[in-house]
Amino acid sequence: MSGGEELTALSLREAGAGIAARALSSRDLVEAALARIAATDAKVGAFLEVGAERARAAAAQADQRAAKGERRSELDGVPLAVKDLFATKGVPTTAGSRILEGWRPPYDATVVERLEAAGAVLVGKLNMDEFAMGSSNENSAYRPCSNPWDLSRTPGGSSGGSAAAVAARQVHGTLGTDTGGSIRLPAAFCGVVGLKPTYGRVSRYGVVAFASSLDQVGPLARTVEDTALLLGRIAGHDPRDMTSSARPVDDYLARLEQGASGLRIGVPREWFQGGVDAGVEKSVRAALASYEKLGAKLVEISLPHTKYGIAAYYLIAPAEASSNLARYDGVRFGLRAEAKGLKEMYAETRERGFGAEPKRRIMLGTYALSAGYYDAYYLRAQKVRTLVRRDFDAAFEKCDVVAGPVAPTVAFPLGARTQDPLQMYLADVFTITCNLAALPGLSVPCGLEATSGMPVGLQLVGRPFDEATLLRAARALEREIGTLPAPAIGSV
Amino acid sequence: MALSLEEVRRIAGLARLRLSAEEERTFAEQLSAILDHVRQLEELDVSGVEPMTHALAAGEVPALRPDANRPGLPAEEALAQAPAREGTCFKVPRIIE
Repeated sequence: MSGGEELTALSLREAGAGIAARALSSRDLVEAALARIAATDAKVGAFLEVGAERARAAAAQADQRAAKGERRSELDGVPLAVKDLFATKGVPTTAGSRILEGWRPPYDATVVERLEAAGAVLVGKLNMDEFAMGSSNENSAYRPCSNPWDLSRTPGGSSGGSAAAVAARQVHGTLGTDTGGSIRLPAAFCGVVGLKPTYGRVSRYGVVAFASSLDQVGPLARTVEDTALLLGRIAGHDPRDMTSSARPVDDYLARLEQGASGLRIGVPREWFQGGVDAGVEKSVRAALASYEKLGAKLVEISLPHTKYGIAAYYLIAPAEASSNLARYDGVRFGLRAEAKGLKEMYAETRERGFGAEPKRRIMLGTYALSAGYYDAYYLRAQKVRTLVRRDFDAAFEKCDVVAGPVAPTVAFPLGARTQDPLQMYLADVFTITCNLAALPGLSVPCGLEATSGMPVGLQLVGRPFDEATLLRAARALEREIGTLPAPAIGSV
Repeated sequence: MALSLEEVRRIAGLARLRLSAEEERTFAEQLSAILDHVRQLEELDVSGVEPMTHALAAGEVPALRPDANRPGLPAEEALAQAPAREGTCFKVPRIIE
């Protein structure tokens, strides 16, 4: 193993501690990350943009701070990256769409500001499904992204690049967004930890909007502790996001090592019915058995409206998307197609700028909101959303966290579901209700599936704003079964 | 439930999308399949159920800030990436013939 590979193999916490102890420099870490990206990303496709010069300049500043004993946080000097959905001042931000090609935002997203204020070095922008719409990253308008464990398989989506970059040891942690499973699914498929916080825990300011009542920003990392560190840096009230909660932010490290003893873990029977692959179920059941061994109590629960989640989501999310994406009209920024009249310009710009999935969802949402259909579709879906939330509220009277599979399968082959959107949507059957109910959800690796050798993720869902318990439970499992080894990435 | 091509065109018009003939056919088929799936919701009795209109519980969000003047994005920055501009305005194609 070369020196560079030793550096990229470090966890975020270890990398930061190395800088603090002056055993490592941010410069070495950033050079190692850039070299790793150069060596692997032609195959993986995690990045849409790598800003090497900016990263080197930021690393030099981080090293100066470390030399003066003025480190800003445990993240100071550590190379990270963010999904290309986050506005980065002066740095191209595409949302994975041609309609934003070349756009350089005039401001930073709050989470980008917070990471940089903590000293983190952002080395680039990560691949994703266009406007975060997708479960396989195959809707990226720019380049395909592969699963580092098997390059012929999807990394999951929509934050596919965010998960693949962490799994491929390109950076020590990333940010993604999760509207229906877009952090948890790729985290599970790529064998990393991913957390979707409670709606309102992390600011959405400067995050390109998809479905505003469901979108939430969250971290992906190789360890639970790194995930907790990142969440602690990005969480908290932001006056620029009026849906951002004013609650104080927990110390996510304080209870991290408390173990699983005494935890009541709810196992919803609906999450094991119909369509869960045997190999996935086996790994998940083994994780649940580990929890029992560690002193947790398994409680059988029911979430009876699980099967309606996809249906409710595919009315609510497209309805909100059709409204949010109305802003891409060729007038103020982004692509403009020339046309004679104003209406023609709008239609031509949107026809050329949007890929198939955003168009499909704009169509679906426009239909669901159009005259005569609103009550039957959108309003009914919002009522079902209440029923989904009530399911969880009732479950949390009997348990502290809900546990089950993140997805019914391991990462599926690239191209397997692109012709059938409904099949693609069904990958999110177990993650989507957590978004509808606005709850925190986490994916933690729980082993490799025997036949495919692909990672399996355990999903944990918690009470509102109880991310600390999710992290504690995930850490207990990680301590018991260990983290996954690094994937081989083809012949790299 | 099958969506007609005519209906697909009507929705595309509302959404300011100009679809190709092929896209119209594909979307008619795919949207029909998705709408069939979402019709599952009709099985549920939702009478008396309040719609979840806010994702965040009441009381989670602080009071609205005072409605006071604050600096916004400077006009030059806002206009800097306009596809076409004239003076301090965004320029668009002719609206009225």
